[in-house]
Amino acid sequence: MAAPARSERWIPHFILAVGIAIFAFPIYFTLIGSTHDAATIGRGDMPLTPGTHLVENFAQAWNLGSGEKVRGTPVRAMLLNSFVMASAITLGKIAISLISAYAVVFFAFPLRMFFFWMIFITLMLPVEVRIIPTYKVVSDLGMINTFSGLTVPLIASATATLLFRQVFMTIPDELVEAAKIDGAGPMRFFWTMVLPLSRTNIAALCVILFIYGWNQYLWPLLITSSREMETIVIGIVKMIGTGDAQTDWQIIMATTIFALIPPVAVILFMQHWFVKGLVETEK
Amino acid sequence: MRRRVIFDNKVLPYLLVAPQIAVTLVFFFWPAAQAVYWSVLLQDPFGLRTQFVWLENFTTVLSDPLYLNSVRVTAIFSTAVTLLSMGAGLLFAAMADTRIRGVQVYRTLITWPYAVAPAVAAVLWLFIFHPSIGILGRALLRLGIPWDYKLNGLQALILVILAASWKQVSYNFLFFLAGLQSIPKSVIEAATLEAGPARRFVSIVFPLLSPTTFFLLVVNIVYAFFDTFGVIHALTGGGPAKATETLIYKVFTDGVINVDLGSSSAQSVILLIIVVTLTALQFRYIERKVHY
Repeated sequence: MAAPARSERWIPHFILAVGIAIFAFPIYFTLIGSTHDAATIGRGDMPLTPGTHLVENFAQAWNLGSGEKVRGTPVRAMLLNSFVMASAITLGKIAISLISAYAVVFFAFPLRMFFFWMIFITLMLPVEVRIIPTYKVVSDLGMINTFSGLTVPLIASATATLLFRQVFMTIPDELVEAAKIDGAGPMRFFWTMVLPLSRTNIAALCVILFIYGWNQYLWPLLITSSREMETIVIGIVKMIGTGDAQTDWQIIMATTIFALIPPVAVILFMQHWFVKGLVETEK
Repeated sequence: MRRRVIFDNKVLPYLLVAPQIAVTLVFFFWPAAQAVYWSVLLQDPFGLRTQFVWLENFTTVLSDPLYLNSVRVTAIFSTAVTLLSMGAGLLFAAMADTRIRGVQVYRTLITWPYAVAPAVAAVLWLFIFHPSIGILGRALLRLGIPWDYKLNGLQALILVILAASWKQVSYNFLFFLAGLQSIPKSVIEAATLEAGPARRFVSIVFPLLSPTTFFLLVVNIVYAFFDTFGVIHALTGGGPAKATETLIYKVFTDGVINVDLGSSSAQSVILLIIVVTLTALQFRYIERKVHY
């Protein structure tokens, strides 16, 4: 094949560079904003070069979460809430999906397919279509403003169960046979064979689910009302409030940077697992 | 899907499915059933008496001009978000699929916005398009355009569309890139002899991508319908004057803020029908893929 003409070589670079700029600019602008003081941003003629208030703004956001005009929850508390919520959702989804897929694939029992379809159908019941009644259930159970209320209702997972079911189906019958001959019971087989064989799928799923958990919005908005329970995504939106020009933008922008670091770091450092997880769960 | 070799145990399998089944029963099926139940009941304003009203809540909802407005907003919003984010995703994927240097770097730098929460994407766009502090918002004002998305409904709609699409491009990019890379090189090389790059893309590559495109179409519509609540809540709150109130946002406002049980439940049931249709479409695609 002939080498592409000169023009064909720079066009992809140019278009991709424009794309990258469109994705990066909002972050750059926010990062620069977090290094200036409230007055500079409030005047509206903030320069596109870093200011001198970086440390001060980030320290204030971290320790107090508020400036002179907005009152917020300290970023360190909100990050911890987000982290606990995202981890609990991730681990919960993976744990209960692993064991239910294991039951469906490796056992024959009455109602097996009925249970499988029950789990499958939850795909069609996103929280948005059952907001009020689900809220009522959580409130009747006394789970408003608790971490269990924030996470347990979200840990059912049809996608994870389907994925693990597919993985388990590829485990050869001979392996199960050999284990049975060696006298291994079902739980021993689960721990020593099934779990190690699924570890790459678990890792890939972890990345996707952590981001899913971290980015939750509607559910924490409904279930938490106390300051102590605020996640960082909710916290930022609350700090902006009506969005008047005269507010502590530099603190809000520093908080936004803090909120972006964990999920973006997960994607950048676990890119391989991330792409694998994304493509697999959608199959 | 049956295995030949299985464990026999009478109790263990039930214990293993129990946690997941318990969560689905308590937090999925019971509330969904409640929504259907409430959707055919009418409560008096004091919540003292409840009566069965057949489909009255549905006819009320479907003839409510505010509901029809949110149907219109949702149609414009989802069409725009789907076209924009899929179009941009396909463009970048086609560019990254060429044999240029640094493809891995480009891929990483286009992928990361997947990590940004919809609500945080909205906040980033707010910083830029705010009429008094945002760099582009102020630039528009300097150009003589009366930019204020908090007062102008059309501008608000454009802004939520841009923020929602911005976050979704990376997802489409990854799937289109995977789709492009799975097209055999021999097909492309044969086509090179026949046509220039643009024609080659339209008549050979794009048709071969159709399974990916169809799959992404469904996923993006679902995203635009259900996952963009955070974008709208953070940027416009459905306003100004309900110009950005999508179906999901209206269920939230009527149910959580106005506590109108009958109407909100009827709206939930309508949304439920939409999700079931979309999910069924998605799985039809998967069945088709098996035959390929």
